[in-house]
Amino acid sequence: MEWVNIIIQGVLIGGLYAMFAAGLALIFGVMRLVNIAHGDLIVLAAYVALMTTDTIGLNPLLAIIIVAPIMAAIGYALQRALLNRTLGDDLLPPLLVTFGLSVIIQNALLEVFTADSRRLKAGAIEVASFPLFEGVWIGVLPLLQFAVAIAVIGGLQLLFYRTALGRAFRATSDDQAVAQLMGLDNRHVFALAMALSLAVIAVAGVFLAVRTNFDPAIGPARLIFGFEAVIIGGLGSMWGTLAGGIILGVSQAIGAQINPGWQLLAGHLAFLLILALRPEGLFPKVQT
Amino acid sequence: MPEPLLEVRALDAFYGDFQALFGVSLDAAPGEVVAVIGANGAGKSTLLKCIAGAIRSRRDAVWFEGAPIGDQPAHAVVARGIALVPEGRRLFPSLSVEENLIIGGQLGRGGPWSLARIYDLFPVLAERRHLPSTSLSGGQQQMVAIGRALMSNPKLLLCDEISLGLAPIVIREVYARLPAIVAEGCSLIIVEQDIVQALKAAARVYCLQEGRVALTGAAASLTREAISAAYFGA
Repeated sequence: MEWVNIIIQGVLIGGLYAMFAAGLALIFGVMRLVNIAHGDLIVLAAYVALMTTDTIGLNPLLAIIIVAPIMAAIGYALQRALLNRTLGDDLLPPLLVTFGLSVIIQNALLEVFTADSRRLKAGAIEVASFPLFEGVWIGVLPLLQFAVAIAVIGGLQLLFYRTALGRAFRATSDDQAVAQLMGLDNRHVFALAMALSLAVIAVAGVFLAVRTNFDPAIGPARLIFGFEAVIIGGLGSMWGTLAGGIILGVSQAIGAQINPGWQLLAGHLAFLLILALRPEGLFPKVQT
Repeated sequence: MPEPLLEVRALDAFYGDFQALFGVSLDAAPGEVVAVIGANGAGKSTLLKCIAGAIRSRRDAVWFEGAPIGDQPAHAVVARGIALVPEGRRLFPSLSVEENLIIGGQLGRGGPWSLARIYDLFPVLAERRHLPSTSLSGGQQQMVAIGRALMSNPKLLLCDEISLGLAPIVIREVYARLPAIVAEGCSLIIVEQDIVQALKAAARVYCLQEGRVALTGAAASLTREAISAAYFGA
């Protein structure tokens, strides 16, 4: 029964990792940009949520409604002003620039908010739980987080395959030059993708900040979780990303149960195992 | 002679240090079909890319409806009414046949062409509308590429080697559809290596040789010897 509990907790935390990963996968899919600042942007979103809740006293989970558009606007501006200039045939410039951006965001947050660890308080929902069956309790917050993750990923999947914007994303991803011949301005399409990625980051950042303490330095570890989930899942579909997040979450939960020090190690080992056995991920993009 | 729809004036084009076009001038009247022929590497595709904005050039090197557009990016040029059917078709593999067509029309320019009209023009596509574009035969893919360009309701359609890699019977089938496109008031510039096909379809011909216009004239007036001299160099 104990193990059932552990696996369920792992699955639920996997939803959060999947949200970290979804934004990364989206950006890489549309413009082949590996966003090293992704984790720090998650932390930035947490601080934006902190400011929002501090100033207007909103419950952080409701503050997502404000934080998501703010992060989306930052994403759009960041892409138009900076990242679009780094894109080209070479993958290295965007990698270096986002690495620099990661350092800048960390230090700016440190300057403004100090290194103190902070937390978003969501009220009674944080500790609420209910018994699923004898001996297995489900926390309301983790369950909500998982439900939101499924909604976010399902929403992205629908957007990609059922809307004009998604069509534009896929066309630009397939062939940038020809997409422009169709009247798509790739700078604008890329900026919209980054805006969407940062809106997803906002949701993930708020849930992260309600779950655990955060400080300006925790971004890079979230980036790694996101990367691992993307690679485990493969780049074929957003649902693969969810599977990747869940596998990572469950591995970490099992590792932590065996030995508290093994939580992260178990996650990395699961990642390495899949990388060794199925380098294209569990749900790879079908090459046609 | 009517006011030209498109005028290319002394266009130079470069790939880095390599110069692909040297002072090329060309014009096309509304509703006219113009062919650009020439050997491999003569600069035909480069010329079309410059017109479509895929390669930027000098502002006053390309004029469309009396406005200089040489320095405009591709997405702005297509909004003005110039569509390119790129060499090798280049359909979006992640998109279905119908999605490829829809994305061609995503700018919402008004005009005669719609999904229904494209399916009238190429009935075979209607049956395959929901299939991935990559599952089609070469000729059908070429039809999608032409349909996709038409969906933007262009005033000028640029066709880059639409016969490339297709069987002769399929080439005839594709070319048989061109008059219906011109009948809607669209001008065509056809780039071809297949001279016979180009001369049959076009009223006027430009022959490029090593980035320069070597010969130009009414298709009917050009002799085989003159074309062959312009094609290969005398």
